Amino acid sequence: MAAATDILMPSGRALRQSLDKDELIKRGLLVVISLYLVLSLAAPLYVMLSKSFSTYSFDLAAFEFQVSDKLGNFGEPATAAALNEKLAAVPPEKLATSSDGRLPATSFFPDFSFRSPVKYKIRGTTDDASFLIGTQLHHGTEWQEVDSNTFRRIMLRPARALGLENYTTYFSTPTLFRSIQNSFLIALISTIFTVGIAFGFAYALNRSKMRFKGLFRLVAMAPILVPSLLPGIALIYLFGNQGMLKSLLGGISIYGPLGIVIGSIFFTFPHALIIISTALAISDQRQYEAAASLRASKWRTFWVVTIPGARYGLISAAFVVFTLVITDFGLPKVIGGQFNVLAVDIYKQVIGQQNFEMGAVVSVILLIPAIAAFFVDRLVQRKQVSLLSARSVPYEPKPNRRFDLVCLAYCSLVALFIAGIIGICQYAALVKFWPYDLSLSLKNFAFGRMDGGGWASYYNSITLSLLTAVLGTVIVFVGAYMVEKTEGFRTGRTAFHFLAMLPMAVPGLVLGLAYIFFFNNPANPLHAIYGTMAILVVCTVTHFYTVGHLTALTALKQIDREFEPVAASLKQPFYRLFTRVTVPICLPAILDISIYLFVNAMTTVSAVVFIYTTHTALASVAVLNMDDAGDTAPAAAMGMMIFYTNAFARILHVAVSKGILKRTQAWRAR
Amino acid sequence: MTAAGNTAYLQIEHLWKAFGEFHALKDISLDIKEGEFICFLGPSGCGKTTLLRAVAGLDLQTRGVVRQGGRDISTLPPSKRDYGIVFQSYALFPNLTIERNIAFGLENTKRPRVEIDARVKELLALVGLPDQAKKYPAQLSGGQQQRIALARAIATSPGLLLLDEPLSALDAKVRVHLRHEIKGLQRKLGVTTIMVTHDQEEALSLADRIVVMNHGVIEQVGSPTEIYRHPRTLFVADFIGETNKFDATVAAASVSFGAKAFRCAPHSFANGDAVVAAIRPEDIIPHGPGSRSPGAPDVVKSPENLIDVTVGEMEFLGSFWRTRLRGGELGDEELIADFSVNATRRLGLAEGGALTVELPADRLLVFPQGERHGGGH
Ligand SMILES: Nc1ncnc2c1ncn2[C@@H]1O[C@H](COP(=O)(O)OP(=O)(O)OP(=O)(O)O)[C@@H](O)[C@H]1O
Ligand SMILES: [Mg+2]
Repeated sequence: MAAATDILMPSGRALRQSLDKDELIKRGLLVVISLYLVLSLAAPLYVMLSKSFSTYSFDLAAFEFQVSDKLGNFGEPATAAALNEKLAAVPPEKLATSSDGRLPATSFFPDFSFRSPVKYKIRGTTDDASFLIGTQLHHGTEWQEVDSNTFRRIMLRPARALGLENYTTYFSTPTLFRSIQNSFLIALISTIFTVGIAFGFAYALNRSKMRFKGLFRLVAMAPILVPSLLPGIALIYLFGNQGMLKSLLGGISIYGPLGIVIGSIFFTFPHALIIISTALAISDQRQYEAAASLRASKWRTFWVVTIPGARYGLISAAFVVFTLVITDFGLPKVIGGQFNVLAVDIYKQVIGQQNFEMGAVVSVILLIPAIAAFFVDRLVQRKQVSLLSARSVPYEPKPNRRFDLVCLAYCSLVALFIAGIIGICQYAALVKFWPYDLSLSLKNFAFGRMDGGGWASYYNSITLSLLTAVLGTVIVFVGAYMVEKTEGFRTGRTAFHFLAMLPMAVPGLVLGLAYIFFFNNPANPLHAIYGTMAILVVCTVTHFYTVGHLTALTALKQIDREFEPVAASLKQPFYRLFTRVTVPICLPAILDISIYLFVNAMTTVSAVVFIYTTHTALASVAVLNMDDAGDTAPAAAMGMMIFYTNAFARILHVAVSKGILKRTQAWRAR
Repeated sequence: MTAAGNTAYLQIEHLWKAFGEFHALKDISLDIKEGEFICFLGPSGCGKTTLLRAVAGLDLQTRGVVRQGGRDISTLPPSKRDYGIVFQSYALFPNLTIERNIAFGLENTKRPRVEIDARVKELLALVGLPDQAKKYPAQLSGGQQQRIALARAIATSPGLLLLDEPLSALDAKVRVHLRHEIKGLQRKLGVTTIMVTHDQEEALSLADRIVVMNHGVIEQVGSPTEIYRHPRTLFVADFIGETNKFDATVAAASVSFGAKAFRCAPHSFANGDAVVAAIRPEDIIPHGPGSRSPGAPDVVKSPENLIDVTVGEMEFLGSFWRTRLRGGELGDEELIADFSVNATRRLGLAEGGALTVELPADRLLVFPQGERHGGGH
């Protein structure tokens, strides 16, 4: 026997496995889904980012004119810059413009008349200079001769440059800049309240023996089923100009920070509750026993054991709520009044003023807190997992009459708030003519008579949600499977995983705006899907990709790693294993992903508000538009349609999941 | 190295596996004959699983060649190789019934349904679970699940059966029972089998040949008795069974430790080399008083290796007494010996008593100092 320690490994390249058909198919699928994410996410974001750094201005030195006398004899050429110097026709500050800017050539010819027999010539002095003659775009240094009637239709086009001007403009415009302050303030206050209230609720659910826990859980999740702007409508009904409780506010207007904060608490509450509840649920019974044995008071135990145990959950919840509030657009749009926030600014800049570059700047600013929240959340998730040791004993509360009663009272109050908001909308939807005729009718559901797309928008939403749920689940699950169950191809898998995590850090409004930049460009071959249902589905699937991806990964990680090797050794293609074993085992997770996508597609406003068209109007956007047009009652009615639909979908989901669980009890038994 | 020549069914040549800077396998070469039952045995982390996964194509080796039935399979993907595999976790598909699990590799071929059903029945009978067909894996015990995994692996009659610690998740009784069944099954089918284990008892009782591994190299390949009786390295002597070790110096045919020079097994060391002398506890022969005198009743093979000692603590281990011996020519060393119940009674051994023992020269092995090198005889 040779002493092998003395031998060195022969140099050369490591062996590489030859790929079988399975592996090629898997990698192909991974590449296809990566490509999907690149086209639906990375590329649009990139285009948007570069837009925010693009400035446009008219470079007058780049254009040259020649004018003839009445007989057609041309004089000396002169640049627009020279002409402008003489005439001061266009002041320097007017030279800065947007990508759409047009400067009439006639500006430089004060005595221009379109009936005159004078002829004009125009050319660029550089190859990049461009101008329009009518709708025809011209480039370059070739002279173009036109009569005076045509000359009036010549428009100079701006030159694009890269720079920080858009940002400087943004930060030096006080009204815009103030939005940052406003947004942060609102988000901060909402976060403090929501996290506080949700912590109390989660504490009561996890640490007391109060009754009706199931009911409270159910009510607490209700806000997820409605668009974020629905509480705004309810608050207007209560405290608005004609609100029944307006006097309670004593002169403070609900339109503005107050309304946004209350509405934000409503719609972010379930998100915070889920995170904090999970954190509290994993805390260790033994720590409490130790505290009790040290005769620590309840109060001290709370601060020394409970709060530190839940700290990661609290941090994570705070960041999630903060991001949700600061990136939300529907609620401040409905109830913000004159109080400007970042999200609404984007909308106003783009839809109102058609200033796309400034919209892009605001989007980039909005990305910062979202990305920060994303990284904090990732960090916290990792820490929290390591907190949960395998030997932890879950906490088991003991009955305590007084404490349980306090909890019951508190949770009832919170549940009343949530149910109240939805109840008000329900009432508003059914009342004939607030506040003059309070008899009930269904006339507010006759959406055909309002702006906003009518019933068609509701059916569009259903179509969108179903397509998103079905296609999205397939894409998300297959993608997660390829990441988790492919051997080798590490770079490809890492890149894909990064792409799949990215949507979480991108606010919907930003994504929607990026889609305008990317898809609404005739030069893009994908331009064809602009304005169709397809782009809405793509946008929504991508917007909500990450949560589905993580859900799928969690489920897949619990499956034995050796299934694939076994199937390969039995010469079975991976898709057979996938359909016969992996998918059936993961069916509960797959259903969870699809219901998540469905519900969110029904309620989302921010991402789609930029890219819907009249044919593809959506229910959630219709709520916004009807409210905008003053049809608040129909807006509430449409909001309730969304609520009914999502509630129905949830019930269906529970029923189907239960059915599956029952059917698979035999093989799930342990 | 076992030179099996043309008859080798599986040939492993100069195999290396690197994980970054770390080499989990170093220049492994091994020939396995058709129908052999081979065990990879070694301490945790020695590279057994890595070697098995290289043979299976699940974790490709960095360098080296693997041939199966004369075909170079070095870089083939698992699906293009010919083996059945059983993992420690069994990896049974939980949502499929037992019969569907076993049939998994049979379906999707052109076989007719009836033929598949017949084959599944046959396999279920073979592993002794004929009436469990309709159950799900979770409804079976660990041992039963293991048999199903085995049945699934051999369903397609592969040329090679790979088992990675198939018994380690089971409790001791079931393990011993299943061990025999696996051996019986392997004999019946005649399938070439490689099993990874770190349980030496399992390896000794099952294998035709054992491959002892340590730190990514093969220490020794041989039959169980060969490995046990003639360990080539101190590691093997130490890892398999028990052994007494003494730091010693050698002369031509003797080795000195304690206060005495003992005649020892042949070796190739130079006079005065520092070595380790090793002898197994059960190789030490107790002799009655007066065994040094000529004509004594006991047969003494190596009279020059007789020493007088004092009996220390005795521990009853069922079939033998583990006895600590001290004093006399042992000097400061302590010798552990296993004496049969019979001999103990015959010689009236008791703690504190005096005793003469023989260290048979052919059982007193000499190894170089430092654990890692081969050598010896
Ligand atoms: N993917 C990997 N990356 C880095 N090192 C690895 C990897 N897989 C195995 N190793 C290392 O290679 C060595 C051999 O591992 P291997 O799993 O083959 O050991 P083993 O003999 O099967 O041990 P055990 O009895 O514990 O199963 C170990 O030191 C292990 O840490
Ligand atoms: Mg192992």
